[in-house]
Amino acid sequence: MPAPNHKLTTQEMARFVADGFLRFDALIPDEINQTIIEELRLLEENKINQIVGLPADAGGPPRPASLTPLSQCYGAPSVLGAMLNLPEVQGIIESLVGPDPLFDHDFVHRLPAGSTYHQHLHVDAVIDSADPTFDIQLFYYPQDVAPNAGGTRFVPATHLRRTRAEGVSRFQHLLGEQQFSGTAGTLMVFHHGLWHAGQPNPSDVDRWMYKIRLNPSVSQVKRWDMGDFEQIHNDASDHTFALMRHDSVAQIFRTMQPWQKGHESRYEQMQRARLWRYLSDDPSFDVDYYHTRIEQRGQLTGEQH
Amino acid sequence: MAMRQQVLYLWLAEGALDTETIGWAFHDGSSGKGPQLPEGEPPYPTGLAALEDGWCLFQSPAPHPLYPGTEYDVSYPANEFVFERRVDS
Repeated sequence: MPAPNHKLTTQEMARFVADGFLRFDALIPDEINQTIIEELRLLEENKINQIVGLPADAGGPPRPASLTPLSQCYGAPSVLGAMLNLPEVQGIIESLVGPDPLFDHDFVHRLPAGSTYHQHLHVDAVIDSADPTFDIQLFYYPQDVAPNAGGTRFVPATHLRRTRAEGVSRFQHLLGEQQFSGTAGTLMVFHHGLWHAGQPNPSDVDRWMYKIRLNPSVSQVKRWDMGDFEQIHNDASDHTFALMRHDSVAQIFRTMQPWQKGHESRYEQMQRARLWRYLSDDPSFDVDYYHTRIEQRGQLTGEQH
Repeated sequence: MAMRQQVLYLWLAEGALDTETIGWAFHDGSSGKGPQLPEGEPPYPTGLAALEDGWCLFQSPAPHPLYPGTEYDVSYPANEFVFERRVDS
């Protein structure tokens, strides 16, 4: 549950860093859910027309170009614009990528009733940069999606893996994977690196989903509601094998998904800590001392980890 | 009747064959005519359990030297064990 100002809490931000997604059930009101499908239908037709070289003249709002500030996309009377401008949605966006991020691209994902289309797991775009900055992708479901009725499949906590889409496709199943189902108006927010896949829709209802990717245009440091920050942000001594807290960001980062068994979870913790160092502007942050131990020794020879 | 190959990938928690399964993939050259995987997720709790059910291991991952600068990266699940079963179909 976000803070009263609609921004995410530190607790929610830490969950996003650990799992790579957040879910907000029935966040979008029904007056938008019930009217947006017609606009999505026009956007879809225009997009397909453009791809096949036909005029994109189906009507509907002008389609934004990449690099357009979000505030200049989908102006009134666009229903899509109304959805994106909801204070609840703006609070989530600003918490993760700062104010007025840049439009990257969007896509209407309509899965016709009875569709057998089955995607392999993949990560979008190309292999990630080495820095901890990230884009977000909003997945908005304007209609109810029943279990196994075409909801997006995704694998929590895969977002920090440095991979290419074609390499990810070999993993048919990973423990803890999820397939979206839920009520109309649910919004999911993904880190851009989260592994996901489209699924068949054996139901007799078309499944609509709108996805938009947003790029930060400013630093992502401490953009969320800081009300609980001092309370749960730990220092580098929070260490399972020495003295540990159970109420800290580190404890959230220690929580692994079912597929993250074994000693590799230590490296996963290091990657989460690295991202939190960026977001919290605390270069000494750590979980279970893995970075700190190496950095302490590195100082002896002047080498920084 | 012709021989067809079934291939099972298991990704395990560690590099040892008797550690827990975290992921799997199944490719069935018999187009469903041969025996299928056991019910349950995962189909086998460990790689050893697959051996005990008659699968033959034909590839296991060896530890590999780490490249300087990438020692702490996480990437594809690395402990990939590949099994086969030959069936008449």
